[in-house]
Amino acid sequence: MATIDYPLQEPQALTPEFSFSETLYKWVATVDHKRLGLMYVVSALFFFVVAGIMASVIRLQLAAPLNHIVDPDTYNRLFTMHGTTMIFLVGMPMVAGFSNYLVPLMIGTRDMAFPRLNAFGFWIFLLGGFLLYFSYIGGGGLSGAGSAPDMGWFAYAPLTEKAFSRGAAADYWALGVLVSGLGSIASAINVVATTLCMRCPGMTLSRMPMFVWVMLVDSWLIIVALPPLSAAQIMLELDRHLGANFFDTQSGGSAVLWQHMFWIFGHPEVYILIFPAFAILSEVIPIFSRKPLFGRPAMVGAVVAIGFISLGVWAHHMFCVGMTSWSNTFFAASSMLVGVPTGIKIFNWTATMYGGKLKMETPLLFCIGFLLQFLVAGLTGIMLAVAPFDWQLHDSYFVVAHFHFTLVGGLVFGLFAGIYYWFPKVTGKLLDEKLGKWHFWLFCVGFNLTFIPLHWVGMLGMPRRTFTYFPGRGWETWNLIASIGVLFQTAGILVFVWNLLKSSLRGVQAPDDPWDAWTLEWATSSPPAEYNFEKLPVVRSSRPLWDLKHPNDPDWKFE
Amino acid sequence: MAAQDQAIPENALEMEREWKLPDRGTVGIIFLIITESVLFTMFAGAYVIYIGKSLTGPYPKDVLEMPILASICLFSSSATIVFAENALKRHNLALFKLWWAATILLGGYFLFATGVEWHKLIYEDHLTISTNLFGTTFYSLVGLHASHVIVGLVFLLVVFITTMMGFPIATQERRVKFLSWYWHFVDGIWVVVFSVVYILGLKIW
Amino acid sequence: MLNLLLQVQVPGVPERRITNIFNAATTPADAERQAAYLTLAVCAAIFVVVGGLIVYTVWRFRRKPGDDTHQEPPQVYGSNQIEAAWTVIPILIVFVLIGVSARVIASVQNASPPAKALKIRVVGHQWWWEIQYPDYHFTTANEIHVPATPDGSQATYLELTSADVNHSFWLPELGGKTDLIANRINYTWIDPKQPGAYVGNCAQYCGTEHAQMLLRVIADKPEDFKTWTKNQQKLAADDPQVAQARDAFGGLACVNCHMIRGTPAVGRFGPDLTHLMSRQTIGAGVLVNDKKGLRDWVNDPQDSKPGCFMPSMKLTDGELDQVVSYLQSLK
Repeated sequence: MATIDYPLQEPQALTPEFSFSETLYKWVATVDHKRLGLMYVVSALFFFVVAGIMASVIRLQLAAPLNHIVDPDTYNRLFTMHGTTMIFLVGMPMVAGFSNYLVPLMIGTRDMAFPRLNAFGFWIFLLGGFLLYFSYIGGGGLSGAGSAPDMGWFAYAPLTEKAFSRGAAADYWALGVLVSGLGSIASAINVVATTLCMRCPGMTLSRMPMFVWVMLVDSWLIIVALPPLSAAQIMLELDRHLGANFFDTQSGGSAVLWQHMFWIFGHPEVYILIFPAFAILSEVIPIFSRKPLFGRPAMVGAVVAIGFISLGVWAHHMFCVGMTSWSNTFFAASSMLVGVPTGIKIFNWTATMYGGKLKMETPLLFCIGFLLQFLVAGLTGIMLAVAPFDWQLHDSYFVVAHFHFTLVGGLVFGLFAGIYYWFPKVTGKLLDEKLGKWHFWLFCVGFNLTFIPLHWVGMLGMPRRTFTYFPGRGWETWNLIASIGVLFQTAGILVFVWNLLKSSLRGVQAPDDPWDAWTLEWATSSPPAEYNFEKLPVVRSSRPLWDLKHPNDPDWKFE
Repeated sequence: MAAQDQAIPENALEMEREWKLPDRGTVGIIFLIITESVLFTMFAGAYVIYIGKSLTGPYPKDVLEMPILASICLFSSSATIVFAENALKRHNLALFKLWWAATILLGGYFLFATGVEWHKLIYEDHLTISTNLFGTTFYSLVGLHASHVIVGLVFLLVVFITTMMGFPIATQERRVKFLSWYWHFVDGIWVVVFSVVYILGLKIW
Repeated sequence: MLNLLLQVQVPGVPERRITNIFNAATTPADAERQAAYLTLAVCAAIFVVVGGLIVYTVWRFRRKPGDDTHQEPPQVYGSNQIEAAWTVIPILIVFVLIGVSARVIASVQNASPPAKALKIRVVGHQWWWEIQYPDYHFTTANEIHVPATPDGSQATYLELTSADVNHSFWLPELGGKTDLIANRINYTWIDPKQPGAYVGNCAQYCGTEHAQMLLRVIADKPEDFKTWTKNQQKLAADDPQVAQARDAFGGLACVNCHMIRGTPAVGRFGPDLTHLMSRQTIGAGVLVNDKKGLRDWVNDPQDSKPGCFMPSMKLTDGELDQVVSYLQSLK
């Protein structure tokens, strides 16, 4: 079978010959989904580096027992800001960024359904991020010294009430996250409307790329799961500023109510965060295995199932708050059941690779890293769902290890795969493959070195969120190894940043379709013109470019 | 784009002509309503959970009166806005303005009645948001609803004023429809708030 | 190297022990350990099978140099039988685990206290533990004494609540966590089989000094426990040798926050000091309770536990000596 040669196009520069202020204006005032998507991803990468530096300081402090590199308050602020930043200012904008950039291209349309709402979502997200970080200046009240919030990213009441968190740090946390959440909801409604209403002719739901499907369900989860957090934050602000009693235990309020509302948001949230990785894998693995996604209907079913079951598992974060044995059993059962569709996804990705011709390039390496690490994360998740086991593991370093395996070993690896895969589409340049391999191996070794030992210290009884620990409980060696892993991770990230800068400035020109791919974004130029497609495409199968490249063996014959 | 041309199947024209997808505004407003409903569920849930948990008075049965008239007004405004919409569909601009004004007046009266109720609760019964759990949950739930009524009224007024100034509102039939959906949603939420606060809360407390 | 690191002893820091969750010393901890072993076995098996399959697939189907890059592999779209298999098998495994969880949850949570069970009330404070023995009418802090019987016939039931923010009660060898939450009472129970000191931490983030809010359970032989409670019930020792020191102590601000039963010190904000010297540690497990530890602590608590609510009283050396010698008389 012959592959079709694409007429190599002159890449259309996004900003041809404009002065600085004109360029700035173009970016600030833009409503183009690609520019907004890019701005989301770039600001998320910025916050990723900031929160990563915080993590390094945390590991430096914990490298040895009774370390005094930072004082307790500083340490507590570091892990609070690290967690909050990674979740709300890295994970969430990555969801919005990837879906903004890619969904319209993949479904063959010229923009999102509501371009101006899109711009609003981005800027209000950024405002929320700045508001959160402004706490370092204004957190102690404008007259006092600044202080960031120090109550953990899930901000359990009553620690956040006026009596226990004086100053304004908790307010910056609540308002900053509330405001950036508005942006996420705006962007999610936009993705749903775009997906349901803007598909090109012939693209039925069953032919939609898997990426778009996952992002559709992801947006659904954002729409139904973020308001509980917003409600809790509004209540907290009412408590703090109008003297309301929602979480004031002295006046009969309930500290457990906050936990329920937080986790009704919080558990779907972890699926919201991991879904972009699911979406990316579902595109990258088939292309690099040269086979269609195995079991597409099952994959769609699994992601939709997660989109509903994950709404009913939240209280597995609360097995220790003294719920009845019936509630504990129910939430243990539902939490384990949500593992089934997740398992189906891992099996199908593996089956996609089975029998293929695996091109072992950086995007696929990150996908394989994802598969093995996310498998571990899923299995430790099952352990945490077994409530009696969780009574021991809850809030220990085991949990820290578990969710870093999902969010770093899973999400971040997936995002790297996505960045290496779509970078040529976005910039018209290829990322350096050699640097990419260095990035992968350094980061993979460092990540496992850091987070595998944390499982052990958790089982040896080390609670999370402790600024220091005493020697003699068997935690020292593992903590030291974990801290050494950070060096490798840092080196990996430095290679990655260097690769991004070098390749976008002096990289090799990429053809429009460097990976010989099958979805519509590769049918247009790299980078795509503002209008995406000269002529809107019409499709007949889920792999329109496969049909095009294999006219004798098109996919639509099998549908 | 040569590549793209070849991607087009033979029956492309036919497919393009038959290709029908839902209206994006409809989808957008439906999901806006879903996300808002979840927000209200949380506040209504907090109200229900805290029924009977106040450590000090005043309690609902001491101070709350059912806002029957105001509720009737709000519910009838859902009808008047439908009449207005129908008038617009039939291009009867005068009737549209009339019904639209009636909707604003009914919604405005509801808001006024809430204000009167709050004034009485605060200045006569000394119930504020910080008094007890009843005050906390009552003001936040009813207040959240009232804030939605205010937003709705602002939009209604914008439509009314621009129409009076001669803006061809008939061209915006679709947007008027979405505004009307939002207004129905605000009314629907009042059914929930009313049941929780004035029926469930009064009975149990 | 591992052994070397484990044996490091920092002067002034209480001796620690390895608190492995699999060293179950009570009935609940043992039940949790059984559930954990089963879960670990199942998960390990899944990891080996699925992980092995992934590695095998990658190794076998990787593109090698010299492969024909133009020939696409056979396009396989899926298989309903295979999908059904890997949906049903995980569901069956999950049901087994649900059954095990349900049984252990019920056995631990729904156990009703025997009539002669000891009842203790634990109140969490920012960053120490108040321990009340309602049946014996005394209060102590940070170290819980309970009887240990080899057959577990003398179980201890704990009522847990908090005076401020959320805390969590966790001694890995004695069982899983239970949170201490204000305006709410939670229950847990322990029945240590072997006498000894068990160590744990507050496991729910509770503010600045969360890391240094340690907890000890000292399981005594029943007769030792009886002696201990007898001593705790007494008023504070009034040693005439330290009368001067006692008077000096009474004149300091210490009495506003601390209770020493039988003396004018009736504060309730800090830990009860009536029988301070019967405890192994001070500052919620931060320092060894000996002369040096006491002196360091009283001189400046902010030095060993920065951010805690006990201020440095800026005592002169003479005052410090007197306070320490008085405290050391509180046997």
